[in-house]
Amino acid sequence: MRTSFGKPSPPSEDRRWKIIGATMRRHGYQPHALIETLHTVQESFGFVGEDAFHYVADSLRIPLSHVYGVATFYHFFNLKPQGEHTCVVCTGTACYIKGASLILQAIEDEYGIKPGETSDDGKLSVLTARCIGACGIAPAVVFDGEIVGGVSATDAVNRIRRCLQK
Amino acid sequence: MTPEELYQIAEEEQESLKRFHFRMFVCTAAGCLSSHGDSVLDALKKEIKEAGREEECLCKGVGCMGLCSEGPLVFVEPDGVLYGKVKVEDAKEIVESLGKEPVARLVCPIDLPFFTRQKKVVLENSGVIDPERIEDYIAHSGYEALVQALTEMTPAEVIDGVFKSGLRGRGGAGYPTGLKWSTVSKGVGGAKYVICNADEGDPGAFMDRSVLESDPHRVLEGMAIAAYAVGASQGYIYVRAEYPLAIKRLQTAIRQAERCGLLGNHICNTTFSFQINVRLGAGAFVCGEETALIASIEGKRGQPRPRPPYPAEEGLWGCPTLINNVETFANVPAIIRNGAEWFAAIGTEKSKGTKVFALAGRVKHTGLIEVPMGIPLRDIIFEIGGGIPDERNFKAVQTGGPSGGCIPKEHLDVPVDYDSLSQLGSIMGSGGMIVMDESSCMVDVARFFMEFCMTESCGKCVPCRVGTAQIHDFLQKIINGDAVPDDLEFLKKICDMVKETSLCGLGQTAPNPVLSTLRFFRDEYVNHIVNKECTAGACKVPAKQEVHS
Repeated sequence: MRTSFGKPSPPSEDRRWKIIGATMRRHGYQPHALIETLHTVQESFGFVGEDAFHYVADSLRIPLSHVYGVATFYHFFNLKPQGEHTCVVCTGTACYIKGASLILQAIEDEYGIKPGETSDDGKLSVLTARCIGACGIAPAVVFDGEIVGGVSATDAVNRIRRCLQK
Repeated sequence: MTPEELYQIAEEEQESLKRFHFRMFVCTAAGCLSSHGDSVLDALKKEIKEAGREEECLCKGVGCMGLCSEGPLVFVEPDGVLYGKVKVEDAKEIVESLGKEPVARLVCPIDLPFFTRQKKVVLENSGVIDPERIEDYIAHSGYEALVQALTEMTPAEVIDGVFKSGLRGRGGAGYPTGLKWSTVSKGVGGAKYVICNADEGDPGAFMDRSVLESDPHRVLEGMAIAAYAVGASQGYIYVRAEYPLAIKRLQTAIRQAERCGLLGNHICNTTFSFQINVRLGAGAFVCGEETALIASIEGKRGQPRPRPPYPAEEGLWGCPTLINNVETFANVPAIIRNGAEWFAAIGTEKSKGTKVFALAGRVKHTGLIEVPMGIPLRDIIFEIGGGIPDERNFKAVQTGGPSGGCIPKEHLDVPVDYDSLSQLGSIMGSGGMIVMDESSCMVDVARFFMEFCMTESCGKCVPCRVGTAQIHDFLQKIINGDAVPDDLEFLKKICDMVKETSLCGLGQTAPNPVLSTLRFFRDEYVNHIVNKECTAGACKVPAKQEVHS
C-alpha cells in the first residue's frame, strides 16, 4: 500500500496526461474534482482506461474503488475505446414516437452491431442516447458528432456507409 | 460597472444596430444547426460582402426562434419576413430580394397561431440577440435588473418581489420560489451556494437547452440576483455534458460577464461578489433530483439522500444551498425589471407567469413555445402546434416526461397549470410535451418510460430498484401476450407501492406513466391481455398468439 503521498507520475510519456494533470491542479487536487477529471480523460483519450483510474485515484488521494464506482455510475463515461466512427441514435420520447427503434434495427441488420457495441475491425461504434434535446427534428442521430434530424432507417444506413468510406 | 456605464454600452449597441438598414437573423441553436444553419449564416454573410452591402446590411447568428421543424430559419428586418428551410444556395436570392419582393417559395407565414398565440417572457431575447455577445444582451435591457437590485434594493426587498410575483419552480414540482429563497437567506453558517439545475434529463424536453443556447446571460443574471438575495458568493451551473453548445456558450458568457465586472468581485462597486462555475453532468437522469445533483457536484455518485434536511438548510458541503431550474432563474430578471405585479397578472390564480414547452412528436409544428399558464391543452396542440399531420387522429399528449402521464382527448380542454395537470395524474414537469396519434400503443409507451426509469434508477432504495424492474417485466409480459386479466390488479398494486415508498422523486413518480395509461387507456391493456391484440397495431402480439394457440 502506498504510504507517502508524493505527486504520482503519469502512466506514460503521452502528452495528453499533462492536460489531465492540469485539470486536477486547477481544482487543487480536491476529491470533488473527480468527475471533472474523468471528463478531461474521456475528452483526451476517448475513453477512461485502467491506467487513468490508477493515476486519478492516486493524484486525488481517493480509493480506486471510489473512482471506479463513479466512472461506472455515470453512463457518459466509456470504459472501452470507441470505434473510429460513432453513430449515436437518440432514443428520447419524441424520437421513440417517430421510430428510433426502426433505425437501430436497420443498423443492426446491415452491420450486425447492437447499441453499445463496436464492429470487430474497430471502425464503427453504435450507441444510444437518452435524449440529445433535438426533439423538434426527431428522429435524430449523431454521426461523428454531427446532429442530423428527420433520419429514416435507410438514411441512417446510407450515412454510415458514407462515413465509413471516408 | 456602474449603472451609467451599463446604459452607455446599451446605447452604443442600439446606435450601431440602427446604422444598418437591413438586419438578418439566422437561427444558430441546436435544431437549426443540425440542418446547417451555420453554413447558411456564412453564405449570407459572403453574399452581402460580394454585393458590397456590408454598410447597410447586418447579418448575425441568434438563438432559437422556436419553429424547429422549419429550420434553418432566417428572419429579415425591417421587411418582417421569415424564411424557413433555407439552403446555402438560397443565400444569393435572399440578399438580392432585400427591400423588394421576398423569395416566395421560402417564406414562412409569421401570422401563424404558432407565433401569435405565444407570450414571451423567458424567451423574449431568444432569436433576437446574438448569444455570444454580452453587448447585444445589454442592449436589450440585460443586466439592468441586477444593477437595479444591487444599487436600489435590499436582499429582503428582492425576495419579497419574487415572493409576490407568485413564481413557482419551473423544474416540475412547482415549489414557490420566493419561499425557497427566504429559507436559504435565513440559513446560518459561513458559506452559501446557488446552484442552477441544467441537468435536463427528461427525454423529449429541450427547453433549458434552448434557453442556455439562446440567452445564457439571462440565466447568469438571474443567478446573480438570487445570490444577492440569499447571501451567496459562489454559484454552480450543473449542465448535461450532452449539450456541448450550451456549455460553450455558457462559458463564453461567464467570461464576458466577468470582464465587464458583472460577475466576480465587488459587482457594481458594492460589497457583493459572486463567481459562477460550470459543472458537467455525466448522463445520470437521477442527478436532476436536488440531493443527487449536490452529491454529483461533490464528485460522488449521484445518489439522493432522504430529506429533510432540505438543501435550503443543508446542501452543498453541508451549507445552505439554493437550487433552482434554468427557467426559474431566467424569469427573475424580468420580474425585477417589470415588477412583481406585472408578472402576477399573467397566468392563473395559483400558477403565475408563462411556461416554456418543448412541443414534439406527432404534431405539425414542432419546436419551442412559451405560453401563458392556464391556456387549454387543445389550443397548444391544435392551434399553436397546427394539429396532427398525415390526416391521422389525436390520441394522447404526454407531459412531464418519465414522471408525468398521458392525457387523452376527453381532457384536452384542461387548463395548463400545475394543479390541473396533477389532478389528471400527470405533472407540469419541466416542459416536455409529446403528442401521440393513433399509431402509438399506450402500453408500449408506458413500457418505454418504465424501461427508462428502470435503467436510470440509482439503485439506492429497494422499491425503486426492484419495483421499476418488476413493473417493466409486467408490461413486457402484457405486450408479449402472456398476461392474464388478474395481472392488471397486481400491476396497479406494485405501482402504488413504488410510488408510496421510494426515496426520491424518480421512484415516487416513475409509476405515473403506467397509472395514467391504466386510468385512461385501460381498454388497450385489456385488448392485449384478452384478445392478444394491439389496438394501435404497433406491438407484435398477433404473431405471439399463434405460438400460444
